[in-house]
Amino acid sequence: MKIIKTGLAGAVAALAMFAFSTQGMAGKDAVTLGMVLEPTHLDPTAGAAAAIDEVLYANVFEGLTRINSKGEVKPALAESWTVSDDGLVYTFKLHSGVKFHDGSDFNADDVVFSLNRARGEKSVNAQKALFKAIDKVEAVDPLTVKLTLKSPNGSMLFNLGWGDAVMVAPESADGNKTKPVGTGPFKFVKWVKGDRVELARSDKYWGSARVLGKATFKFISDPAAAFSAVMAGDVDGFPNFPAPENMDQFRSDPRFKVVIGSTEGETIMSINNAKPPFDNLKVRRAMAYAINRQSIIDGAMFGNGTPIGSHFAPHHPAYIDLTGQYAYDPAKAKALLKEAGFANGFKATLKLPPPSYARRGGEIIAAELKKVGIDLKIIPVEWGPWIKDVFKATNYDLTIVSHTEPMDIGIYARDKYYFNYKSDAFKAVIAELNRTSDSKARYALMGKAQKILADDAVNVFLFQLAKTGVWNAKLKGLWENAPVQANDLTGVSWAD
Amino acid sequence: MSEIELPGARESWHDFLAKAVHNRSFTIGAIITGFVLLMALLSFVWTPFDVTEMDIPGKLKWPNSQHWLGTDHFGRDVFSMLMVGARNSIAVAIVAVSIGMAIGVPLGAAAAASKGIFSDVIMRANDFIFAFPSLLLAILFTAIFGPSAINAMIAIGIFNIPVFARLAHGGSLALWQREFIFSARTSGKGPVRITIEHILPNLMNIMIVQGTIQFSLGILIEAGLSYLGLGTQPPDPSWGKMLSEAQTMMGFAPYLAIFPGLAIVITVLGLNLLGDGLRDIFDPKLRRKR
Repeated sequence: MKIIKTGLAGAVAALAMFAFSTQGMAGKDAVTLGMVLEPTHLDPTAGAAAAIDEVLYANVFEGLTRINSKGEVKPALAESWTVSDDGLVYTFKLHSGVKFHDGSDFNADDVVFSLNRARGEKSVNAQKALFKAIDKVEAVDPLTVKLTLKSPNGSMLFNLGWGDAVMVAPESADGNKTKPVGTGPFKFVKWVKGDRVELARSDKYWGSARVLGKATFKFISDPAAAFSAVMAGDVDGFPNFPAPENMDQFRSDPRFKVVIGSTEGETIMSINNAKPPFDNLKVRRAMAYAINRQSIIDGAMFGNGTPIGSHFAPHHPAYIDLTGQYAYDPAKAKALLKEAGFANGFKATLKLPPPSYARRGGEIIAAELKKVGIDLKIIPVEWGPWIKDVFKATNYDLTIVSHTEPMDIGIYARDKYYFNYKSDAFKAVIAELNRTSDSKARYALMGKAQKILADDAVNVFLFQLAKTGVWNAKLKGLWENAPVQANDLTGVSWAD
Repeated sequence: MSEIELPGARESWHDFLAKAVHNRSFTIGAIITGFVLLMALLSFVWTPFDVTEMDIPGKLKWPNSQHWLGTDHFGRDVFSMLMVGARNSIAVAIVAVSIGMAIGVPLGAAAAASKGIFSDVIMRANDFIFAFPSLLLAILFTAIFGPSAINAMIAIGIFNIPVFARLAHGGSLALWQREFIFSARTSGKGPVRITIEHILPNLMNIMIVQGTIQFSLGILIEAGLSYLGLGTQPPDPSWGKMLSEAQTMMGFAPYLAIFPGLAIVITVLGLNLLGDGLRDIFDPKLRRKR
């Protein structure tokens, strides 16, 4: 009996609180956003996990430049910059009066420290390639930094806007994994592992942006739980909702706003190019012909997504449509397999990480490849083992994953990358691209690179991942698209 | 222990049938179980549609004259998937119960026959396994050895062992006190021979009853494991996996969750009724006591 009574009292208290919170809605000064994955740690300069940037980028940490919701490079901690005529020397003028959350000043020495730390020998930065072109970084005076490059690099300013290039302080850099200290409008409050990260408005912020008093990122990996959390109002929104099948339900509910935007996520079936029979171009092409991209978009993503024919985002101006190159044609796939000596098909494995694009897409792909004689064994894996076995040890045949980094076609030129793809022609194009700063010439080279990847059928390029966002209809200022992995809260506010 | 009543002589088939038709639980349970078995067997030769055949444009169709129970998010026929899913569930449960019986019964009978340290070691080891919640043990096992239907069978089989071992042990101990065992001993038969010739045949009835109950538990746990993604792997359909996939679609396609859920409930209910009925038939005294 006692238990029931306490339960009742609890319910009454909860109800009272609910009534109270609804009353307080008008002047709401906090936002709670849901995320599928929890960050492995909180240092954007030391990990590739998108979740790290999605919590901290632009909120807690800032770089010299930043990338805005449209994917453009904007000034951040550097208020302006000049580039020498030969494209080798960048001079950044820093904002004055910038302080880290721990009260220490931000100045040119911190920039030198941050960039040298990121590109240094002992660096654990996940995107060291971003800084490869840098020759030296010097502090001219406390508010001026000179960056000298080894060779001209057209994307240097963009690179400096990545989460991996944010500014950290020498005193606090080592502790950033658990207690991040940055210069952004929000300061870190606490991280309840397995549940949420809490941020609060920083009173030391240098910029003019007036942000909400409190921001919470809640981690909910189960799609069904995510759905109920949104429906019940436990979270104010999900910038990347994990179950595309629920979008129509949200659309029909006036409490919510559904925003389908674009991401930088080229979703591909990665092929281990070094492992027979996948070292055979005909086999890879056969698989490209055997897979119907639209059926995966419809079946796995409920229509959200744009088919792609190479590793390039369709909303980028340099995109060329290559989806027709391997239009769905099972008969041609069979003929190619026969030519390659696999008239009776073969067996292989398909390792699938947890997101629904992979698990569901994988089932569809397995069914489609079976029709041309390729018998795939589906192996579901969690992210941890996926990173270890597939990404690092390249111990796999096929896998499905979305590459969400912006402008990442250069990964195909890396010597050791998990596709095990080797092409001197492609490397030459990327090397030239890195040397070129003229937009038009760069776009032409990007087009060339896309074509090489499609011709070589390195991977089966499936579709550009859509950003399936849902949030409270009164919440304003969240990004519609995801040009970088971020949940930038600087412009977020509540409508009255 | 001597309170456990065991029929002294084996019942004849004729007696059994005569009691069976008058037992309502048994009749209903047998009909339901028979129907599920029939569907599972039928799925080997015929299903309305090919279960792996996807038809994306025809996905998420509500039950209609063509697709009796509708189609799922890949446009696969739900009724066909349920039929094949029944086959997988039953296969897992049969193997799991067989493992439990094949290892547990001899262990329990041997422990009862030998007594002493040997008996203690076996029975305490069984208690040890029995102390773990069965579903947790199965999750642990499939997490270590990788998710697959085979591993699910073994995992469920392992925790079936102590159930049968304890039952066989208790039953055998009671039998060892009986006069016909004494007479067997006085005629010079050794414990091994007595166990094989007299004890095991007389344990058959309670084993069949327990087997039926464990069978329904096996189906439930297989569904649980598959729901968690640790049991039957795609593209093989399974009831538990159908349930977990239906979760996010409850709002617009509730039939995707209702039908596999019903399949599990009906099958388990049928098996439990069957088990109850069998117990009543084999053990009339127990029935009177209730």
